[in-house]
Amino acid sequence: MQWYKSSLGKKYIMAVTGLAMVLFAIVHMLGNFTIFAGPGGINAYAAGLQGLGPGLWLFRLALLTVFLVHIWMGVSLYLENKAARPSEYAMKQNHRTSFSARTMIWTGVILGAFIIFHVLHFTVHAFHPYYATFVDAAQRHDVYRMVVMGFQGFPMTLIYIAAMVVLLLHLAHGIQSFFQSLGATNDATLPTLEKGGRGVAVVILLGFVIVPITIFFGVIRL
Amino acid sequence: MNLTLYVWRQKGPKEKGSLERYEAKHVSPDSSFLEMLDEVNEDLIKSGKDPIVFDHDCREGICGMCSQMINGIAHGPDTEITVCQLHMRKFKDGDSIYIEPWRAKAFPLISDLMVDRSAFDRIIESYGYTSAHTGGVPDGNAIPVSKVNADIAMDAAACIGCGACVAACPNASAMLFVSAKVSHLGVLPQGEVEAARRVKAMVSQMDAEGFGNCTNHYECEAACPKGIKVTFISRMNRELLKAIPQVEKKAAGGGF
Amino acid sequence: MILDGKCPTGPIETSWDRHRFEMKLVNPANKRKFKVLVVGTGLAGGAAAATLGELGYNVEAFCYQDSARRAHSIAAQGGINAAKNYPNDGDSIYRLFYDTIKGGDFRAREADVWRLAQVSNNIIDQCVAQGVPFARDYAGYLDNRSFGGAQVSRTFYARGQTGQQLLLGAYQALCRQVQAGSVKLHTRREMLDLVVVDGEAKGITCRNLVTGQIESYWGDAVVLCTGGYVNVFYLSTNAMGCSVTAAWRSAKKGAYFANPCYTQIHPTCIPQSGDHQSKLTLMSESLRNDGRCWVPKKQGDERAAHQIPEDERDYYLERKYPSFGNLAPRDIASRAAKEQCDDNRGVGPGKRGVFLDFADSIKRLGEDKIRERYGNLFDMYEKITDENGYKQPMRIYPAPHYSMGGLWVDYNCMSNVPGLFVLGEANFSVHGANRLGASALMQGLADGYFVIPNTIANYLARITPGKVKDDHPEFKRSREEIQGQMDKLLSIKGKKTVSELNRELGKVMWNNAGMARSEQSLKEAIKRIPELREEFWNNVNVTGVSGSTNQQLENAWRLADFLEFAELFVKDALHREESCGGHFRVEHQTEDGEAMRDDENFCYVGAWEFKGIDKEPELHKEPLKFENVELAVRSYK
Ligand SMILES: Cc1cc2nc3c(=O)[nH]c(=O)nc-3n(C[C@H](O)[C@H](O)[C@H](O)COP(=O)(O)OP(=O)(O)OC[C@H]3O[C@@H](n4cnc5c(N)ncnc54)[C@H](O)[C@@H]3O)c2cc1C
Ligand code: HEM
Ligand code: HEM
Ligand code: SF4
Ligand code: F3S
Ligand code: FES
Repeated sequence: MQWYKSSLGKKYIMAVTGLAMVLFAIVHMLGNFTIFAGPGGINAYAAGLQGLGPGLWLFRLALLTVFLVHIWMGVSLYLENKAARPSEYAMKQNHRTSFSARTMIWTGVILGAFIIFHVLHFTVHAFHPYYATFVDAAQRHDVYRMVVMGFQGFPMTLIYIAAMVVLLLHLAHGIQSFFQSLGATNDATLPTLEKGGRGVAVVILLGFVIVPITIFFGVIRL
Repeated sequence: MNLTLYVWRQKGPKEKGSLERYEAKHVSPDSSFLEMLDEVNEDLIKSGKDPIVFDHDCREGICGMCSQMINGIAHGPDTEITVCQLHMRKFKDGDSIYIEPWRAKAFPLISDLMVDRSAFDRIIESYGYTSAHTGGVPDGNAIPVSKVNADIAMDAAACIGCGACVAACPNASAMLFVSAKVSHLGVLPQGEVEAARRVKAMVSQMDAEGFGNCTNHYECEAACPKGIKVTFISRMNRELLKAIPQVEKKAAGGGF
Repeated sequence: MILDGKCPTGPIETSWDRHRFEMKLVNPANKRKFKVLVVGTGLAGGAAAATLGELGYNVEAFCYQDSARRAHSIAAQGGINAAKNYPNDGDSIYRLFYDTIKGGDFRAREADVWRLAQVSNNIIDQCVAQGVPFARDYAGYLDNRSFGGAQVSRTFYARGQTGQQLLLGAYQALCRQVQAGSVKLHTRREMLDLVVVDGEAKGITCRNLVTGQIESYWGDAVVLCTGGYVNVFYLSTNAMGCSVTAAWRSAKKGAYFANPCYTQIHPTCIPQSGDHQSKLTLMSESLRNDGRCWVPKKQGDERAAHQIPEDERDYYLERKYPSFGNLAPRDIASRAAKEQCDDNRGVGPGKRGVFLDFADSIKRLGEDKIRERYGNLFDMYEKITDENGYKQPMRIYPAPHYSMGGLWVDYNCMSNVPGLFVLGEANFSVHGANRLGASALMQGLADGYFVIPNTIANYLARITPGKVKDDHPEFKRSREEIQGQMDKLLSIKGKKTVSELNRELGKVMWNNAGMARSEQSLKEAIKRIPELREEFWNNVNVTGVSGSTNQQLENAWRLADFLEFAELFVKDALHREESCGGHFRVEHQTEDGEAMRDDENFCYVGAWEFKGIDKEPELHKEPLKFENVELAVRSYK
């Protein structure tokens, strides 16, 4: 048997891809903060990224792979785990696990849907093709304008905030989980990592939602 | 005290099972849970019915034979005990109690509350040992073992193979059991020699048995009567990571 | 008939080595052709099956539990002895040998005990190599503690779970052989008959406890390692499934049963709390290091412990045995507790209990120190009794624990039926009339790892492998007989349940043949047992069918065997007109109530030949010679 087909192998892959996405999310979140520097900030940041050229595509390809592998492994783990208990208990109490741990597959699927939606929204501009035409004074793509306009409507803001809550749930379990899956915990660190993981998840939530909220309430304006 | 029981009755693996209702009357709070079931069984026999089948032997919490899900909790509502150590004073007069067998694909049901846990044996057979030949071993003191490691090994070796971890795990995963043995032997100099082969073989056998995967719910730890910690799972994850690059022609009993 | 134990003669120090040299060997290429059946997977059976498999024999192993790892050896808490002398406190093979002979009250064979002491050291090495996590000190070396009256520290231990760890070591070694294909495991199988062809053991008949199928297994030799029989008392520290069945059915096929009346009653068990009770739980006797045993001086005193003033308490062990005090040996401490309760000075519900009081030690050392030493035992006590041993004295009472008697074997561990070997608690060999603490584990592993692999070859080398297989008519006959018995049990459809009758037998045995036995009590038992047997076969109610899982049926045949065996037990106790070790006849005691041996008339092993139910068994004697230890009175005053 190949190691990656084993249960532990799948977990390693799950953890590594999860970790990669968490890191991406953090960087992305920090990147989003450039919006507070006004159009100049975020547009320059976006342009910088665009300037990477083939590098950007390489990165996107890697991210897409990570994303797909994570989904594939996540779904297959879920199906295998279902199959491991064909008949359910009439009564089952849990003591240690959490809501977020038990809903990983569902929060994951919602996140997947959100990310597709989100990329269609801001990267492909599928809903508002004219987003592509926004250009700022320096002839850069006007991401600032796009984002601010994107969050002007209540439904869109709600979708993003809801998605970020789902992300919180996914990461509240996920962050400490990849330490455990990669064998990086011990009796002394596990409780701290569990708490810390949840803390980081909350920070990520706040870091992301601050953008749509500030826009919605008009703190950031065109 | 008087109790209402809902007990899973199923004649055999192919028959259909269901929860049956029984009344347990005049139960002494000092009796153990299994003694309460003994008395219910006496009544069943006297009324010409088949008594409830359940596994048990030592009745002192060490053989690992007893195995019941009581009100949805593996080994019932008390900490670090087995069903046979559970006493009726943990319940109140008039309580309803649900009693079900361990449920997992890898633990097929035999009858009523009795399941087949031979998958655990096959996992140990796959490499849950040191390959020491009888005789021809060095003096017990020839290789010192640090007290820290001896204690870790002992913590892990306390596992009684009861299967509560599997029963309690939302994924019916056997990670806690397997990691306990991997850790016990891996941490001792006597077992470390073959640690890489061992962890590969045991994990692949575990998978072949149809247990679920671990998604870190930690319910197993909460259910374990011997206080085996989930950090042993972490240790096993580490051991396998170390082992993967060690290419070998063929590990005993499968492996990778 | 005078039995011959076939012990090697000459200097005892070299007896085992010489014997090993003199025994025949089986050619490595031929080992595969010999099939050996090992019944039982405890320390004795697990070790034997693993080692025989390793040597290349074709082994099949059996146990009634769902896994080999669950044999009752797993319950041993205290530790295992060995003469390593690591603490440098004067231990030696000779001292271990001497202590065991004396501890057994001079009723064991010298040569067997010497061998046990000699291989004890190899056992520790072997277990360490298997990964048994023995306690270690900070330098990384093995730790020892003292145990059971010995004056040296020779007990190796793994927290309070020594038996479990040793068993897991043996089980893992066994699993390794299963993987290698040399051992085949049959779990959830109960041996119900020994198949003897032309006077030699050639196989067994089992019931598959899941399907109810009656199955035959052939082998060139049968190794019984089926543990002890103290469940004949119904309540004991043994597991629910421990029975005399395998041994008794072998006895009915011609194997002699030796010293059945030698049973050990352990002093520190948790008292019975009511009629619902199904088993008794042992607490390590190390508790007696810091606990003081006492009862109220007044008969029928109903007051709580703390209400009884100091001068109204009787610290009876300290009073009677000033030099050993609370640490008097097991048999003595047990009997003393019984005397107090018989005198209506017992405590707790049912008044069958004495106090084990830690108040003084807590005052002297502090509660933390006591917690550190015995915390897990206090927790266990609280789980079972709901009482806090730190706040009020524990209550303890003796409980049946170990059987020194068992099937008779010679020095090679072979019974008088050629091809039938018996190891571990199931045989009678090394503990005489009383077993020392931490010696049973040692015996099981000695027999399994180091004795049988040598001695079985001596037998196998003389026979042709596979001469008799399970197509022999004797196997069919045995299957039919067993099936007939099942059908009979299921057809009675009487009024009493198996456990009701089981309790009744237990009561008779405990009251009449327990800690103290008199001619009168034994004769009463001899009258009662056949009556109970009669009632059982006419009035028992076993539900269900034989062709499926049927735990009532299992209990029924185990009880049926106890009902026959109990009679032999009592007859042995009646015939042995002396007190020795665990066998205490009230007629034979010194003025101050100590056991009085009669070496002139009873310095022998009493091995009984079964002649038929309701027929008198025949006694065969194996005289015991003491050439290396002087016969002496055992005194603990
Ligand atoms: C609570 C307790 C504590 C103890 N503590 C200590 C201690 O600290 N130190 C010490 O030295 N000793 C101790 N002892 C004694 C010691 O544990 C036992 O004497 C010893 O383990 C017996 O080992 P065994 O291999 O002979 O039998 P067991 O371990 O009892 O094994 C019997 C085997 O035979 C099988 N079997 C039985 N009948 C049948 C049948 N009919 N068909 C098929 N299989 C059958 C069973 O399945 C089992 O596998 C203790 C005993 C008890 C009960
Ligand atoms: C795209 C759809 C997604 C699906 C279907 C999905 C599914 C899952 C599932 C089922 C798990 C549980 C597996 C386990 O705990 O072992 C999981 C774990 C995890 N996920 Fe996701 N997820 C998705 C997206 C994400 C995203 C976007 C992130 C990060 C931003 C992420 C981070 C993690 C992390 C860190 C873990 C823990 C890994 C571990 O336990 O080792 N996931 N995912
Ligand atoms: C409120 C929160 C978020 C905001 C405001 C936001 C904003 C943006 C913007 C503006 C872009 C387009 C950048 C560009 O085209 O130049 C973008 C791209 C992207 N975002 Fe987000 N994002 C948010 C949350 C997330 C989350 C939680 C994820 C997943 C973990 C995510 C994943 C991505 C991805 C994968 C891209 C495409 C990157 C690429 O072009 O390759 N975003 N986001
Ligand atoms: S790890 Fe705990 S719950 Fe699992 S088998 Fe071992 S003792 Fe039982
Ligand atoms: S409960 Fe199950 S998911 Fe893992 S941590 Fe324990 S095996
Ligand atoms: S019966 Fe042995 S652990 Fe419960």
